[in-house]
Amino acid sequence: MKIKNILSHILLISLSIFALFPFLWLISTSLKGGGENIFAYPPRFIPTDFTFENYIGVWGKVDFIRYFINSFVVAVATVVLNLIFSSMAAYPLARMEFKGKKILFFAILATIMIPFQAIMLPIYLIILKLNLTDTAGIVNGYLGLILPFAVNAFGIFLMRQAFLTIPRELEEAAVVDGCNAFQIFTKVLLPMVKPTLAILAIFTFIGSWSEFLWPSIVLTDEKMFTLPVGINNLQGLFSSNWRYIAAGSIISLFPIIVFFLSLQRYFVSGENEGAVKG
Amino acid sequence: MYKFFGKYVPYLFLIPAIILLAVFFFIPFFQTLGLSVTDYSNGLYSPEFCGLRNYLEVIKDPVFLKVLGNTFLFLVLVVPFLTIFPLFVAILINQKLRGINIYKVLIYLPVVVSIVVCAIAFKWLYAQDGILNYFLSLIGILPVGWLTDTQFALISVAIVTAWKGVGYYMIIYLAALMSVPKELYEACEIDGANSFQKHMAVSIPHLIPVIALVSTISAISAMKVFAEIYVMTKGGPLNSSKTIVYYIYERAFENLDLGMASAMAVILLLIVLAMSAVNIFCFERDKYKL
Repeated sequence: MKIKNILSHILLISLSIFALFPFLWLISTSLKGGGENIFAYPPRFIPTDFTFENYIGVWGKVDFIRYFINSFVVAVATVVLNLIFSSMAAYPLARMEFKGKKILFFAILATIMIPFQAIMLPIYLIILKLNLTDTAGIVNGYLGLILPFAVNAFGIFLMRQAFLTIPRELEEAAVVDGCNAFQIFTKVLLPMVKPTLAILAIFTFIGSWSEFLWPSIVLTDEKMFTLPVGINNLQGLFSSNWRYIAAGSIISLFPIIVFFLSLQRYFVSGENEGAVKG
Repeated sequence: MYKFFGKYVPYLFLIPAIILLAVFFFIPFFQTLGLSVTDYSNGLYSPEFCGLRNYLEVIKDPVFLKVLGNTFLFLVLVVPFLTIFPLFVAILINQKLRGINIYKVLIYLPVVVSIVVCAIAFKWLYAQDGILNYFLSLIGILPVGWLTDTQFALISVAIVTAWKGVGYYMIIYLAALMSVPKELYEACEIDGANSFQKHMAVSIPHLIPVIALVSTISAISAMKVFAEIYVMTKGGPLNSSKTIVYYIYERAFENLDLGMASAMAVILLLIVLAMSAVNIFCFERDKYKL
């Protein structure tokens, strides 16, 4: 039994190293000063010329705060809109009978099966037509990043599932008390699905925060770059200066690592697997 | 009871979502179909219906055939690994051990890190004089041009996708493992089974639907691979790591060849649609309460 445990620990430690190694090597490189050859054979993990200069240098040349704010505004707005619109749409789908319900249900389901990548070109043309690009100002630029992701069918189905578990009696009691549909929604149903709203918020946030394809299509102005686009751009800015590229990449990780560690139970408990999209 | 609410109420709640889905899903969907049968060669403002000509052009395009082959090769490289390996990790992590939660967090970490940073980190590992080639040199293998050799570029990209996906699928398997009735394991123990036999007899059969689910969703997401390629190789060298989404992106946004890009998008759409339909109607019925 003991030996089996030790073996498990060894395997799990190896797996953890396997997962972290690329980042650890990036951190190591980012801390090496100009006096150390980053291509030295054999490679050295602990820097001999230890320095924070790369961090200071790249921080001075790249407006990380700006990228961070852009990513944050886009992610928070995307989350808020998703919470509102998904739960609103889910309510009648879960709780009411109406004409066209079946068609709507399958239409929404169909959007899950349509890959964004296959329709991104017309979406771009629509965004151009609506003038929601960064050339038309900062608010338009943000809207162009946010609106295509402001609601998604995963969220609607997640909320619908949550509403389905609430006993009907609660609503009936509220109707007897004279609540209208809107009051039932905000005062009876929404408070009961807070855990699901939290899950939807967290995974929408992560999705938006790491979105790369869409922002790299629509963004033209460096001031509007989100973090992933800005970090990719480091490669062009510092072509072969891997110390700077490494330091910049590591800087960009701080917000998401803090977010992940403080909410880790939502990610790794295994209870929310249905919430994440593939 | 819903007569209290009046006929229009359900639609009021649905309107914002319907408008957004219409503008950003259904209209673009039909536009993609429309663009794929439109010829823009006389300029963006004089579109002409051209039947299936764009499709013929796509099928005759040697780069497209190469790209399609790459995409399926990519699937073959990534999907079996992501279906099998995370299952073992999940079994390993589904134990009562000291610090087990720390392992979960560390193994899951690459999932939440932006693919751009992951790709940059790997690009650095893959450097010609980089650390990976150093490790290889220790066992007597000559340096490999991970991202510069046409034989390796696609494999190198697939390694990143596979590495990043382990934690994600591990959690899906873990959730399923936690729902295996404990009594079944206990029965095995009474019969004197060791833990390997226990998992072969109980866990694996119990997980078959989840294994099927993981193989389809990992295939769907492998079909859509883009960022890894964009950051690391731009599809090169010589198109050797170019997959379908990247090629659509290039045709649409760099060459402004709307017709051909849309015809390829329709092909992508059909493939993914088929996979998703299998997934939703066979493996995820419960999730959508169909």
